[in-house]
Amino acid sequence: MTKNPQKPLKPAAHPLDDLIRTERIPHIWCPGCGIGTVFSSTLKAIKGTGIPYDRFTMVSGIGCSARGAGYVKLDSFHTTHGRAIPFASGIKMANPDLNVIVFSGDGDLFAIGGNHFIHAARRNMDLTVVCVNNLTYGMTGGQVAATTPNRAKTTTTPFGNPDAPFNLPLMASASGASYVARWTILHTRDLTDSINEAMAKKGFSFIEVLSPCPINYGRRNKEKPLDTLKLYQERTIIKNGADPARADIDFDRGVILGKFVDIDRQTCDSMYNSVCRPCSDD
Amino acid sequence: MKPAVLTGEHYITGDVACAEGALAAGCRFFGAYPITPATEIAEHMAERLPDVGGTFIQMEDEIAAMASILGAAWTGVKSMTATSGPGFSLMMENLGLGVCTETPCVIVNVQRTGPSTGLPTLTGQGDMMQARWGSHGDYEIIALAPSSPQDCFYHTIQAFNLSEKYRVPVLVMADEIVGHMSEKVVIPKASTISLVDRPKPSGRKDRFKLYQPGPNGVAPMPAIGEGYNVHVTGLTHDERGYPAMSVEAQEQMMTNLKGKIRNNLEDIIETESYRLEDAEIVIVSYGISVRTGLTAVDEARKLGYKAGLLRLVTVWPFPEEQIRELAARVKGLITIEINLGQVHYEVERCAGGQAPAHLVGSAGGKIIHPDKVIALIKEKF
Repeated sequence: MTKNPQKPLKPAAHPLDDLIRTERIPHIWCPGCGIGTVFSSTLKAIKGTGIPYDRFTMVSGIGCSARGAGYVKLDSFHTTHGRAIPFASGIKMANPDLNVIVFSGDGDLFAIGGNHFIHAARRNMDLTVVCVNNLTYGMTGGQVAATTPNRAKTTTTPFGNPDAPFNLPLMASASGASYVARWTILHTRDLTDSINEAMAKKGFSFIEVLSPCPINYGRRNKEKPLDTLKLYQERTIIKNGADPARADIDFDRGVILGKFVDIDRQTCDSMYNSVCRPCSDD
Repeated sequence: MKPAVLTGEHYITGDVACAEGALAAGCRFFGAYPITPATEIAEHMAERLPDVGGTFIQMEDEIAAMASILGAAWTGVKSMTATSGPGFSLMMENLGLGVCTETPCVIVNVQRTGPSTGLPTLTGQGDMMQARWGSHGDYEIIALAPSSPQDCFYHTIQAFNLSEKYRVPVLVMADEIVGHMSEKVVIPKASTISLVDRPKPSGRKDRFKLYQPGPNGVAPMPAIGEGYNVHVTGLTHDERGYPAMSVEAQEQMMTNLKGKIRNNLEDIIETESYRLEDAEIVIVSYGISVRTGLTAVDEARKLGYKAGLLRLVTVWPFPEEQIRELAARVKGLITIEINLGQVHYEVERCAGGQAPAHLVGSAGGKIIHPDKVIALIKEKF
């Protein structure tokens, strides 16, 4: 008899299993959500560095994306809402040898945590910040965020959003980030390469990843899961080196993806060493 | 380059003594945000930390300052911040994270008068209940109250030791007068200062459980990069540190968080007494108000009242047993504090009607004059 088990007795090992707390799977993310894709790109990028895993740590705030820190098999920190960056800054400044990744969402990093973001960028804190931007507060059921497009419907803007959203690459660049890029979850190879490059980059690196939230955002804006992905495919254009001032998210005009900023500037910890610490021959 | 422990006699402020105490305790990370009357602690640390291999960073607000010292603590260093009322309010959020994740760190609050911006340059003791309950949820915390610059030095060391031993944020509740006054501070030889370091794990890393309590109820704590792959969350978590959304997990976590303090009260609580042996009137005080109390005791004795003083070095956890015992044998208790009744209500609760509990308080801004205490003694006893 030829066996055709519908379910293999033992599931084949996933190539990223060594970076995942498999005992915590299944994860909490909804069907159609893009966070898992960003998460696996991040893990692939970590793997791709060849650096031992104990040299990495992941810090997150609060929200759907922030749960990533609970699934990664690294020293990982799920902190308070908006505070991942200052928590991570404490880690980095106390032990500059660590590669510190902040993995969180747009609501966490840019509304409640917006002040921390701009200051860490200003200081060129050597962090890699991966922001899953789903344009809404997913975990609390889809409220308006600092990234929600003007006129979009959410549970707290039932008549449409009267406000304008942030242009995240522009904010990062204007605040002093060393590396700024934007991708979507449809551009996984570019995204993985970009995160890998950002981790190797000394200084504040920021990667925005557009990611659908069909349950809590798409549903209220007549955008089915595949519609969002089609927008990512058809209404985006990759323009490395583009002016971040032109990076507004407007799918009618087209959305720019790619690497906006890649500059070299002294990091916060290296500046502290050279400015504040006594010279060895003092 | 100055050494970490500045052995010798100094004439320094309480703020500077806090900073020197921290350095002597092994503090090597300070997350700062300026605020009157605590700024001098940050200024002193900014100058001193690089010399001893430590790191100082002034963050963008007190929320970030508090977050940064938690992050730093997980790299294995001893970390601290210092603030006053408005900043203390902002730190409450991440203070709760520190409690929940059992992260050792020290927060100095050089109290001024509130509410809100209040009297920034004048003294107060109005943050005592905030120290106890300021972050949301139910928890235990340790708070010490220095009465002099010398105390600032020692209590900051003690705060680090307790924090490391019990893996809990420890509060040093100073005030503007103690922080800004200059007095003689004796710093002993480094070898005579006893320091405590957090319990470290041993054994198989793959079997390690982050919140499995040790013999005294405190779990060992690895640092980032030691290969334990810890997951640290402010969500209710199980012994592995993993989020556990259940009533049972909540109960177990709270049992551990409360137990490690409540079951070690004898080790944690410290009080001092003055002429208490035969006292019939007991003045209870802490921080700068102890000085009012000491004078009041002597004055009252001169007038024929058998007065004594109990100084609360540790205000939280509260020395309930000691107050109960005193209440059973004295004519009355008087709490002196620069607020209109906070610790006083704790004294009253513990006295439990066995003896009347009175308050000599003030709205804040200056030290309470001993005459106010004498007047109350004359009126009530």
